[in-house]
Amino acid sequence: MESDHYYRDADLARFGDIGKGAPELWEKFRAWYDAVFAEGALSAREKALIALAVSHSVQCPYCIDAYTTACLEQGSNEEQMTEAVHVAAAIRGGASLVHGVQMRNHLERLGM
Amino acid sequence: MTALPTLRRQRHPLAAGAAQRRLLAELPLSRSFEAALTASGLEPLRPMGTDVLQLNVGKRCNQTCGHCHVDAGPDRTEMMSTEVVDICLRVLASSGIGTLDITGGAPELHPEFRRIVEAATRLGRRVIDRCNLTVTRLPNYRYVPGFLAEHRVRVVASLPYYQSRQTDAQRGEGVFDASIAALRELNALGYGQPESGLVLDLMANPVGAFLPPEQSAAERDWRRELARRHGVVFNSLLTITNMPISRFLDHLERKGQTHAYLEKLVQAFNPAAAAGVMCRFTLSVGWDGTLYDCDFNQMLDLPVSSPSARHIRDFDPAALGARAIATGPHCFGCTAGAGSSCGGAVA
Repeated sequence: MESDHYYRDADLARFGDIGKGAPELWEKFRAWYDAVFAEGALSAREKALIALAVSHSVQCPYCIDAYTTACLEQGSNEEQMTEAVHVAAAIRGGASLVHGVQMRNHLERLGM
Repeated sequence: MTALPTLRRQRHPLAAGAAQRRLLAELPLSRSFEAALTASGLEPLRPMGTDVLQLNVGKRCNQTCGHCHVDAGPDRTEMMSTEVVDICLRVLASSGIGTLDITGGAPELHPEFRRIVEAATRLGRRVIDRCNLTVTRLPNYRYVPGFLAEHRVRVVASLPYYQSRQTDAQRGEGVFDASIAALRELNALGYGQPESGLVLDLMANPVGAFLPPEQSAAERDWRRELARRHGVVFNSLLTITNMPISRFLDHLERKGQTHAYLEKLVQAFNPAAAAGVMCRFTLSVGWDGTLYDCDFNQMLDLPVSSPSARHIRDFDPAALGARAIATGPHCFGCTAGAGSSCGGAVA
């Protein structure tokens, strides 16, 4: 299929096409995925918010669309969803910053 | 509060039920509602008896909510006549129908609202008032909460979310604060309080083109948040899917979302929800006395299929019981996910 875009929103609905190459693996993935998101020690609403945050962290536009909808359909609101995105952003920012300690360690090794 | 013009006032093409039906019929959906019913062994959909007589007493409302399937508003003038009210009350008296469900518009704006409630309660019928809450803040309608409590009417109150921004975005600026004031007054009268017997249910529909949350999980969130933020209590939260009819259909059209939303409903078709849809237990009466399978068919000008009993004056339980329920693509709205009805989720 020709396309001048790497990401097309219509492709989200075609996620299952990846199963054509390895149906058994796809079925295992689906079963595991569904079990992960089922109501458990965490509510389905909480899991959708975590998924939204992780979607931003892994920068997957399909996941962002899917879990924005999922969060709304689990009763979350814009404020809660935005805070979840900030959690992802804070961890990403913090993950960069904490590597500054590595920089400081190396500075100490090189310096006088 | 702001009140936007209705589709009717705008002379909008979608003000007509036939135009809405045509638009929905032309959508290239992955399957028809009738095919979904056939696959579930439910085609043709048949009524299971009439437990609820739902009167749509008129289209006048003090609000013009963005999702309203009635296209109700202050500029609507359709009102059930005294003659039709009398016939409905006679049917209620002579039949075994146990519940009278009064809707609109804002049903309290009907000049005979009190008479209808008094007559039905005198007959020993359960009475439901589908209340938009803000009507009770209008000067001439401050009597309503006390009147409802006196007659032990079950109140099903619309409140799409427990925060003002979402509620006002859908229902109009200032609606949330006025609704909370009304809920507090109902609580003070005993509504929603344990062991009072005065039932206050909240009806929540999504503020946008997505499915409602799972009803019991949402009820927990709402109970916690409304109590914490506003000291409001209620009995049950009922979730309902936005129907692709009238003003919500117009909203979908303006957003270019009609096909995506309908296809979402199609993909979420649930046979268990289809088996329990409210049209199997409810008979809907329009302001002019015409009979419909539900309030949604009413707004699409899709009356009951039984030719000999299309008006309340010709009420005939046998003919109505044998009818096939009129269906269309909009019916996917009541059968998606956990289902959706005037009583909330059904599956």
